[in-house]
Amino acid sequence: MSRYRIAGRGRVDHGAPISFTFDGKTYPGLRGDTVASALLANGVHLMGRSFKYHRPRGAVTAGSEEPNALIGTSRGPGRFEPNTRATVQELRKGLVTESQNKWPRLSFDIGAINDRAYMLFSAGFYYKTFMWPKSFWDKVYEPFIRSAAGLGKSPTEADPDRYAARYLHTDLLIVGGGAAGIAAALVAAKSGARVVLVDENPELGGALLSDPGVTVEGQPAWAWLDASLAELRAHGVRLMTRTTAIGYYHQNFVGLCERLTDHLDTPPANAPRERMWRVRADQVVLAQGALEKPLVFDGNDRPGVMLAGAAQTYLNRYGVRVGDNPAVLTSHDSAWYAAFDLADAGSRIAAIIDTRSEIRADLLDAARQRGIRVLQGHTATGTKGRLRIASVRVNPLRGGTVGAGREIACDALLMSGGWTPSLHLFSHTKGSLAWDADSNTFLPDRKTEACQIAGAGRGLWGYAPVLADGVAAGLAAVAALSRSAGARQFAVANDRPGSGVSHTELPTDRSPGKAKAFVDFQNDVTAKDLRLAVREGMRSIEHVKRYTTNGMATDQGKMSNINGLMIAADALAKAPPQVGLTTFRPPYTPTSFGAFAGYLRGQTFQLTRKTPIDPWAEAQGAVFEPVAQWRRAWYFPKPGEDMHAAVARECLATRASVGIFDASTLGKIEVAGPDAVEFMNRMYTNPWTKLAPGRCRYGLLLGEDGFIRDDGVIGRLANDLFHVTTTTGGAARVLNMMEDYLQTEWPDLNVWLTSTTEQWATVALNGPNALAVLKPLVEGLDWDDFPHMSVAECTVAGLPARLFRLSFTGEVGFEVNVPARHGLALWTALMDAGKPHDICPYGTETMHVLRAEKGYIIVGQDTDGTVTPQDAGLDWAIGKAKPDFVGKRSLSRPDIVAGGRKQLVGLLTEDGSRLEEGAQIVLDPNQPLPMKMVGHVTSSYDSASLGHPIAMAVIEGGHDRMGEVVHVPMPDGVKRARITSTVFYDPSGDRLKA
Amino acid sequence: MLLIHCPYCEETLPELEFAYAGEAHIARPADPSALSDEEWRDFLFIRTNARGPHFERWRHIHGCAQFFNAVRDTVSDRFLMTYKAGAPRPDLSPKEDAE
Ligand SMILES: [Zn+2]
Repeated sequence: MSRYRIAGRGRVDHGAPISFTFDGKTYPGLRGDTVASALLANGVHLMGRSFKYHRPRGAVTAGSEEPNALIGTSRGPGRFEPNTRATVQELRKGLVTESQNKWPRLSFDIGAINDRAYMLFSAGFYYKTFMWPKSFWDKVYEPFIRSAAGLGKSPTEADPDRYAARYLHTDLLIVGGGAAGIAAALVAAKSGARVVLVDENPELGGALLSDPGVTVEGQPAWAWLDASLAELRAHGVRLMTRTTAIGYYHQNFVGLCERLTDHLDTPPANAPRERMWRVRADQVVLAQGALEKPLVFDGNDRPGVMLAGAAQTYLNRYGVRVGDNPAVLTSHDSAWYAAFDLADAGSRIAAIIDTRSEIRADLLDAARQRGIRVLQGHTATGTKGRLRIASVRVNPLRGGTVGAGREIACDALLMSGGWTPSLHLFSHTKGSLAWDADSNTFLPDRKTEACQIAGAGRGLWGYAPVLADGVAAGLAAVAALSRSAGARQFAVANDRPGSGVSHTELPTDRSPGKAKAFVDFQNDVTAKDLRLAVREGMRSIEHVKRYTTNGMATDQGKMSNINGLMIAADALAKAPPQVGLTTFRPPYTPTSFGAFAGYLRGQTFQLTRKTPIDPWAEAQGAVFEPVAQWRRAWYFPKPGEDMHAAVARECLATRASVGIFDASTLGKIEVAGPDAVEFMNRMYTNPWTKLAPGRCRYGLLLGEDGFIRDDGVIGRLANDLFHVTTTTGGAARVLNMMEDYLQTEWPDLNVWLTSTTEQWATVALNGPNALAVLKPLVEGLDWDDFPHMSVAECTVAGLPARLFRLSFTGEVGFEVNVPARHGLALWTALMDAGKPHDICPYGTETMHVLRAEKGYIIVGQDTDGTVTPQDAGLDWAIGKAKPDFVGKRSLSRPDIVAGGRKQLVGLLTEDGSRLEEGAQIVLDPNQPLPMKMVGHVTSSYDSASLGHPIAMAVIEGGHDRMGEVVHVPMPDGVKRARITSTVFYDPSGDRLKA
Repeated sequence: MLLIHCPYCEETLPELEFAYAGEAHIARPADPSALSDEEWRDFLFIRTNARGPHFERWRHIHGCAQFFNAVRDTVSDRFLMTYKAGAPRPDLSPKEDAE
């Protein structure tokens, strides 16, 4: 065993050794270790390289706020995770870990040259250094930044793990299982309320786990902890460990991320890795404790420099001495206890260096008893040591001047700049903060949610006041729940009270301009950067933050925000509250995408709607495309055919004989009731009053702004019944719009609206032989009274049907609707009947080509939400005599009637090439840059029937430019294209009359 | 996630069941053709951008499907009340029951 591990000490299992690897080397550890504690037990402090300067770094904390010790962990193929905190990752058998940001190796890193090129990377370097010349960005700056900076490397495979999600409703949620949280739970549990206590650590206990010498209710801290947790379990309190409260949202909605398997040697097969809990609590107690602040001085980032509280945790929880002769540098009493614990465990404390000249007598006595050298009223002005601290330079402070420095040899430096309450979750609720000038911290002030804040999280220190505060918070929560519980008092002996002072940078006798005194370790932001930002004009802390990137790394400034604020305020000569604190946002700690996604991935994230005919298409080898949430057959390739060949064949076959198409995804809405026709008159542009039952009509729907929203053929089945069809993607929107008008504008109309999209399967037959295929299968229909644009109820192939005679191809066409369960039977019957006519199944691509050849628009493709009926050439669909309909008034707005609007036209290229959809259009290709773009291509296809490509486009004033040539820049050169009508095929419409 | 009280279902339910539907109490004019271009423009596009209580419409789209009105404080994102479509705009002048 390494001399740094103390046999039998801590909460690790000394009888359960585990080995793991770090950068390819195998190390021993113990069950209960974190990667960081195990490495420290092996004397390894160097754990990574920093983000910008590639400076060697070690663990500075023992918890989730860790900025430095970020490692990559692997649990097998596809299970690589970057930026795992070595201070959080528990050891398990066979764990493989690696350091980050180093090349070629951790102990020798070429990128560390950045450290000497400091000027290149100082505050605002993103905005200054890389601005010029522009051409350098792609080739020089970006590749350089990407290889030199960055945090870890992304996994390349899809995450193979499962993630779970649950809802939880509870009376009281307590966040933080330290002394305050446990005290609150102990009183609340007796009220009968449902209580949940969560903590991000593997064990409940918080700081008590690192302070075993404290006595509570006559018991040693850990014995009291065991008894208290047993009591909570007996009362049915739900205790959740490894569970981080990541966000606190409206109305006491709290997100918890529970880590389930990362600590297990062999996770059960298919066990979820993490579980996201969405908790709704009537009351919340925030007992998150406080975070220790580093001190800001030159070389405060050298491996071996860590927070004093972290060293105390490594000793008492993990049985690890972080050094043989650590020095302590502090402005707060708490670090003295860390020094005492380490001294008692066999480390020789090099010195306790305290910036304060006045120190509590009992602390001085305790140091003297242990023979520890104490330097009061001293500052630290530098550290030495290549990959690990070897000495710290200290200087006396006398009357505001810094005396001569001297070196103190040490192998670790334990620093404490005091503590700042963990305000993150409280800040998520927009609770206001108040600056406490005594402690130089922000404290929670005005609450917006039903919550209590207890313990160190509101600035208290020492176990006695914190336990009492937890009781008070528990009682307040219980009272708010209209329950009652008895108060409790927890007697504390051997308490560790404390106070301290705050600093900006520590005073130095050296040039502050040369100091590398880090404020944000993860983003490599120094005190000098912050002062430079102020000198260069940043006034608000939000600007300082963005200019320097202070607090913008993955730790969200847990260690750096207050120090950064103090320094910025000092530079601005303002009080800190006048400079303000940056906003904390969820999540509290980095959270995996998997945990957010939970079960909602793949098919459960976005469901795939399939038509009743989908299985047939799949069996035929159809290629599918997604349309809204549907998957639709795109084309049906025969062996050897590519898409182009298949679509050409389908188009020609349909125009030559007959094609069959699954149109089941069309939106369908039934509009029924005595006022149905009045409702239709008000909603759609077209007149409906004179449309006889048994006839149908193209319907155009506008928004109140006059722009096209949707379209579709609408059949009148009876005086009081319309069968409305909508675009595939627009069905829900159209129904919502109809319901809106019906419920809120015209509640007097007696109309019922019903979505019937999925109740009907719809099969379209088109082509000169469509009638011949269909007719023998139809019963109960008077063909003599069934012209183009008719609808009837009849039977087709013995199935009850609503039969439409309409065309979206320019050929004779029908749409047969049968109850969805009969869809496949109908399709099969029509395929059989069509065999003598070489019936050809076609997909959405052929449907698009056939309709484009006729100039029929697709709403959402040829229109974009700014297209009026006039723009689209659909004036004819407007009921001019109607006094009103949705959008009518807007059609006479000045902007709508003004000239120069983009209008839908056809385009034919002079060289017969196909244009790209979305390509921009210019009138004069020789005009100076930037060119004026007058429109864009909306639809473009190869037309097999015509033997050349066709396109539709919206062009400014296009209707008045018929025959003019425009220019379309394409990847292979600028194309000349002539403006034409949108009707390319059978412009006289003879084929429909056949 | 907000909790929203549906005045038709008379239940307080998670925001996921509801869809926002714009500002409330903007009735479609009975005769749009009688409006000037400016009046019509205001009806179409001009909305209050309240800092504080905002009258707005919601739809219980994954529930009873009814549109209803709500007063929500845009600063705290807190619902002050909800009420049925067609009900008059509630009087929000201060009452004596301040906290
Ligand atoms: Zn409802």
